[in-house]
Amino acid sequence: MKLVLSSSPHQHVRRTTDQVMRLVLYAMVPGVLAQLYFFGWGVIVQMLIALITAVLTEAAIVTLRKRDIMQALQDYSAVVTALLLAVSLPPLLPWWITMTGSFFAIAIVKQLYGGLGFNLFNPAMAAYVMLLISFPAAMSSWIPPAELASHAVGLSDALSVIFTGFNSAGYDLNQLRFGVDGVTMATPLDFVKTQLGQGYTYSEAIGQAQFTDSLWSSASAGWTGVALAYALGGIVLIQQRIISWHIPLSLIAGVAVTATFLSMLNSDLYGSALFHWFNGAVMIGAFFIATDPVSASTTPKGRLIFGAAIGFWTVIIRTFGGYPDAIAFSVVIMNMAVPLIDYYTQPTVYGAKRAVKQTEGEP
Amino acid sequence: MPYDFDQIVERIDQQKLWTFPGGVHPDGRKHLSNQTAIDTLPLPEQLLIPLKQHIGTAGSCLVTTGDSVLKGQVLTSSPNPFAVPVHAPTSGKVSAIEERTTAHPSGLAELCIVIEPDGNDTWAELAPIENYQQQDKAVLLAAICEAGIAGMGGAGFPTHIKSTARKPVEFLIINGIECEPYITADDRLMREYGWQIRQGIDILMHLIGPKVVVVAIEDNKPEAFKAMQKVCEDCAAIRVVQIPTKYPAGGEKQLIQVITGREVPRQGLPADVGVMMFNVGTCYAIADAILYGKPLIQRVVTITGEAVLKPQNVWALIGTPVQTLLNKAQYQIKKQKVPTVIMGGPMMGFTLPSVNVPVVKITNCLLVPAKKELNLNQRELACIRCSACADACPVSLLPQQMYWHSKAGELDKAQEYNLFDCIECGACAYVCPSEIPLVHYYRKAKSQIRIQRDEKEKAEKSRQRFEARKARLEKEQQEREAKHKQAAAARKQATQNTASAAGDAAKDKVAAALARAKAKKASQAEATVAPAAEAPVPENDNKAKVAAAIARAKAKKAQQEAASEAAETAESTSSPADAESERKAKVAAAVARAKAKKAAAVQPAESPATNASPSDHAPAEASSEMSAEEQRKAKIAAAVARAKAKKQATETTATPAQPADDEAQTATEDDSPEAQRKAKIAAAVARAKAKKQAAESAAPAEQTDSEAEQADDKTVASNTQEDDSPEAQRKAKIAAAVARAKAKKAQREAQQNSAEDNE
Repeated sequence: MKLVLSSSPHQHVRRTTDQVMRLVLYAMVPGVLAQLYFFGWGVIVQMLIALITAVLTEAAIVTLRKRDIMQALQDYSAVVTALLLAVSLPPLLPWWITMTGSFFAIAIVKQLYGGLGFNLFNPAMAAYVMLLISFPAAMSSWIPPAELASHAVGLSDALSVIFTGFNSAGYDLNQLRFGVDGVTMATPLDFVKTQLGQGYTYSEAIGQAQFTDSLWSSASAGWTGVALAYALGGIVLIQQRIISWHIPLSLIAGVAVTATFLSMLNSDLYGSALFHWFNGAVMIGAFFIATDPVSASTTPKGRLIFGAAIGFWTVIIRTFGGYPDAIAFSVVIMNMAVPLIDYYTQPTVYGAKRAVKQTEGEP
Repeated sequence: MPYDFDQIVERIDQQKLWTFPGGVHPDGRKHLSNQTAIDTLPLPEQLLIPLKQHIGTAGSCLVTTGDSVLKGQVLTSSPNPFAVPVHAPTSGKVSAIEERTTAHPSGLAELCIVIEPDGNDTWAELAPIENYQQQDKAVLLAAICEAGIAGMGGAGFPTHIKSTARKPVEFLIINGIECEPYITADDRLMREYGWQIRQGIDILMHLIGPKVVVVAIEDNKPEAFKAMQKVCEDCAAIRVVQIPTKYPAGGEKQLIQVITGREVPRQGLPADVGVMMFNVGTCYAIADAILYGKPLIQRVVTITGEAVLKPQNVWALIGTPVQTLLNKAQYQIKKQKVPTVIMGGPMMGFTLPSVNVPVVKITNCLLVPAKKELNLNQRELACIRCSACADACPVSLLPQQMYWHSKAGELDKAQEYNLFDCIECGACAYVCPSEIPLVHYYRKAKSQIRIQRDEKEKAEKSRQRFEARKARLEKEQQEREAKHKQAAAARKQATQNTASAAGDAAKDKVAAALARAKAKKASQAEATVAPAAEAPVPENDNKAKVAAAIARAKAKKAQQEAASEAAETAESTSSPADAESERKAKVAAAVARAKAKKAAAVQPAESPATNASPSDHAPAEASSEMSAEEQRKAKIAAAVARAKAKKQATETTATPAQPADDEAQTATEDDSPEAQRKAKIAAAVARAKAKKQAAESAAPAEQTDSEAEQADDKTVASNTQEDDSPEAQRKAKIAAAVARAKAKKAQREAQQNSAEDNE
């Protein structure tokens, strides 16, 4: 009787790569729902555009590279990339910009480097940075949260604006961005930055409409809710052992330490840790973006350094840089540092420590 | 955090243990097979005993085909300390000794002894050791070795080597962890044979003398724990502890870390941290060997998996084919997608190439998984660098980096990531979401590195061999050259001396050439004189001498021919040519001497002439032989001769120095004044003749000739000397002189030829 041979171990834990990716998608649900609630249907439309583009791009390039299409698509990595990019984009971004970004993420950042597991940069963030630099105006055209907006944006409005530039009532994107007070609404981070630039103090800036009626003084309408929802999903991921706690915790700590340090230097000029945590993309970045295993550091110590450095850069760029948010920049910067970090943070192997001296026995 | 002995024991007593990094928690599935007592197997039709079942070297076979063997009879022996013997598991007949496929992942065949049982199961005579406490340790170790015991936990390291304590041992750890899923052989053994394990522990304690014994059992085996606690409760030095279940807690290094908090140094042994560890099965076998004299011929094997109807543990004779065990457990091949049998556990076991392979000493389990029970056909995806493997690694390696470099064939980089610290436990591959067979990559890389290392070593050895040879050849060459140089220097010196002795006129080559030209003219008319000159010779009564003289004369002629030839080839008077012609002349001289010797057969063989003519070997030696002493004498003689010659031949400026020289030499070498006088007369006669012949000629100072002549003269002189009668001597001298004169003539002819050439 001929027996079939295989290599040990013969037993495997029942969680495969596609299962990991699917669990990440499930964990995004609370955050997406929060975005849907606060910013309207635009986010769903963006997700669909990005998803379709990403999957088609992945299929096309895998075909060109003569690899197994089904295997490539079944790992859900393209889906995760597309959705992470989509939720980062302004909800009413013109469709072609989203498509460009999604294509760039898959074709250039991921597949040109060799596909899953080989990309140096986080595809979603690299694409986001590319879009932000290429289309700065469009990329900062966030609409106000529903409670502050003068015009509610329904599904048909969202579709219409995204694909034609105007909603059914004939308003264009800039008109839709008016707040209830008739002023164009910037994102909280953008707003505070502008205010500080105009000579207002930080506490004056967060006393404005966007920050009133919230859970705490520096929490902004809509944005804080979204951040909390993503944090919730992230905690589920840690609990499910999909991601390790190292990167999220160190990233959040890095933001806190840097922000607190600056705030202690001058609380009029620099935002508090809470302000930085719950405005902008710190939470989704900490749990969903920086934890992308492919482009993150892999050693336990390295992950702590990686996360903390992202937190540090985020606050520094937000405070001193030209852009209001900086998670994408920080992640891309630290992606570049990963090989170096990994090299210098190799764990000590068993028995490599100095041998324990025996207390006796020497004749 | 080095803990000392007391702290560690305190912690053990408080059940406060350490842990190791990483590790995984696979489903144990131990309940499948640990429910029933260990059963026995029917005697198989054939037993296959591989000669080597342990780490180390195999012994040589002691039986031949057709031999009858008894149960427990030793089958192999080896003087190598790393070899343990194998024994006949039952009585029967050796039906073959041949290569068979055995239980090895490679599926390669190795030498096996095939035994057909006779069914009687007759024991050989056993030699149990009474009162082992009183026995010398060496006796006990020898008994353990003779019983063929090799570590039964899986590695198969010879137990007698391991238990030879070289360093003081604080902790003797008895490993009853059995952390691999499915396997329950040690579990059942501890439950049912705890007392015998205890006996084995006592023997090991006597052998090793540890401060404390720790029996470690995973906490998923409470029954085994209780059983061992019970058998060990009377001994204060033995502590039975429960270890939290985590794979691979049963790995030697991991268990040491869990119990003592110490890490075995990378290149070291457990003894380096004061620890020694044995498997419970090994303890059982030691007790069998010492107390009952039984060699290791059977062991407990777990047969388990969902594809067998009755998973259980059995006592299997070493050599029993796997098929027999599967039959016993009622293997259901239909329950498997593809027929697969794993020897060992699901984490580290290997799939068998055939069901005919035998159970060996390290076989602890046969796992026959049903469809979907295990994940056998892996679907390898791309690594997503999730680091789950690094988190699971009990040795704190970075498996994905090692995988990366191993796959890319960057073996040096894989080694930088400590590839060889990998214990191949499989925890990384177990957790890998991309189902990458990581351990397989590491094994491959390791063996590639080993092959490279071997090849490098081989190349290094042959390089050293080559260089040693080269050095030796060079040395020999140098020695040869030095010898040649020395010889050449001696020759040169001799040549220079002779040349200076040959006359003032021959100081420079131009003069020599001129002289030769003149000589040629003078000797043109005398071409026919030579035969005539032989006339007086027959009148001599000493016929031998005459013959010798003739021979010499002939030789001279031949020699001169050779010299002229040499000169022709040289076409100039450059010194290499001189040397060449000199050499030839010497050869000729030697030949002549040899002939002379033949002719003078009446003379004793040990005449100086013989000594001075190693003609067969090296002419160079001849020149060196006549160095120093002779040369000095020759110079003196030459000076004397020159003075005389000047007086006699005042009209000629260029006196032929040669005859004078010869004469002088002869005179000097003759010891008796009488002989000297005679010789001088002879020389004078010769000179006179020579003068007549070369009245107007310049000095025929060819170095070659003079040298050859010298040698020749010596021969004459010696021959003469040897002759006792002065009369004979005198005659001989005369003859010699005559001969020389003739020879000179011939020589001049030759010179004249060469001079022509030079002109």
